[in-house]
Amino acid sequence: MAETAEHIVRSFEQQLNRLRGLVTDMGGMVERQVALACTAVLDRDSEAASLAIEADPQVDRLEREAEQFFISLLALRQPMAQDLRLIVAALKITGELERIGDYAKNVARRSIVLNQFTMPLSLTGLAHMSNLVQENFKAVMDALGENDTAKAEEVWRSDEAVDDIYNALFRELVTYMMEDPRNITPCTHLLFIAKNLERIGDHATNIAEMVYYAVQGEALPDGRPKGEGTASAVVRPRE
Amino acid sequence: MNDAAGRSSQIREAGSEIRQTPAMATMQARSSEALSEPRISIRGLDFFYGSNRALKGIDLDLPDCQVTGMIGPSGCGKSTLLRVLNRMYDLYPGQRAEGRVMMDGANVLDPGIDLNQLRSRIGMVFQKPTPFPMTIYDNIAFGVKLHERLSKSAMDERVEWSLTRAALWDEAKDRLGTSAMGLSGGQQQRLCIARTIAVRPEVILFDEPTSALDPISTLKIEELIDELKRDFTIAIVTHNMQQAARCADQVAFFYLGEMVEVGSATQMFTAPRQKRTQEYITGRFG
Repeated sequence: MAETAEHIVRSFEQQLNRLRGLVTDMGGMVERQVALACTAVLDRDSEAASLAIEADPQVDRLEREAEQFFISLLALRQPMAQDLRLIVAALKITGELERIGDYAKNVARRSIVLNQFTMPLSLTGLAHMSNLVQENFKAVMDALGENDTAKAEEVWRSDEAVDDIYNALFRELVTYMMEDPRNITPCTHLLFIAKNLERIGDHATNIAEMVYYAVQGEALPDGRPKGEGTASAVVRPRE
Repeated sequence: MNDAAGRSSQIREAGSEIRQTPAMATMQARSSEALSEPRISIRGLDFFYGSNRALKGIDLDLPDCQVTGMIGPSGCGKSTLLRVLNRMYDLYPGQRAEGRVMMDGANVLDPGIDLNQLRSRIGMVFQKPTPFPMTIYDNIAFGVKLHERLSKSAMDERVEWSLTRAALWDEAKDRLGTSAMGLSGGQQQRLCIARTIAVRPEVILFDEPTSALDPISTLKIEELIDELKRDFTIAIVTHNMQQAARCADQVAFFYLGEMVEVGSATQMFTAPRQKRTQEYITGRFG
């Protein structure tokens, strides 16, 4: 794909470059937002949390701007083949990024509440999870920038590990809550935070799917590998 | 358990009803990933203008009652291919075709074939409207008289039928006796389509039928093509990629006398397989 010739109409080529720029900018902004949110939780840093929350309206504004621009490209250029796929993928990817931004904001908000409690447990598991999610997210944005389907596929497959950690965290947190009811409030917040991070991982795999489609013209096969027991990680009455 | 099985079979039945609604069938036909049986099969077709080989080993099927769009840059051979299909090239010395163009088990290229009959079975509409300098009525009747002897009333019926099918009847019914040259460009092109279908062909070839028309007339012709494909097999050569995307079920891309790629319109315009196709349809050619 890298060797694709330039479009005959140079202004269209420039517009496609602007499209790539908008998605990359939005990706960078959301990456920072997620990093701030994770710092807010792991370092108990309420200032970082505020920054992550303040970034959200900017992300939303960029999404609206990008969306209008992409729609105008569809209307005015009537793109075909890989151009069409790129624009449709960009439209969906900005939606995914906006969602990831929302999750980051939620994590940051909960971290502010959480900082009012003494932490009843070590956050190693959550730190591990947040690293993995951020790595995957960064990797998928790189894959987008480089049209690298192999990298996109790798992200798509490696989300399984995130699911596994989430599952383990779920059990750990439930144990703490059973030990001492005073842990219930902070642990519930932590549980939601873990769930939000897990969802960010899922949206990263959606982006991976769009990157793959934009470049290859076909969808990734059905049935992404998912962590064992994500669905069963709910408290069920004993039979 | 029985209950559950009963329910699931009910659900299955409901599902099969959904699958059979006409709207879904139309949608399926429109997306036309499934192409019908070929009406014309082109195999190993070569064409020569003197010593210049303008078509190179073309293999292509025109599916029955569907629209095949032919796209490609100027001089790629797409119009030449249309001219081969009804032996138009026979009118010019030094031009010859080799290979097979099979229709109902006979090779169209066979020297023994009756050309008048062939051209009544495979009609053609050209880029510029070419009405004869006679009345609207006679424009239609002229071609019919070459092939059939019809009574006055049968001919009247045929003229009305053709003009109706070509979506021109309402505009022309009160002026059938006036000169066709007084019609607008779009009307003239629809008259040419009416003239073509008046002899009741099986296949209609359109060579850039709307390139001389305004956008609304163009859309009317496209709507007409959509109507006509119920009864006729259609091939359309167009430089307008959006037109091919709008009209065609199957699209073939030609370049330098070769057919580079053929596929459903959806596949060709969203994910073409060949790099040359992709570069052409996205405007990155050469």
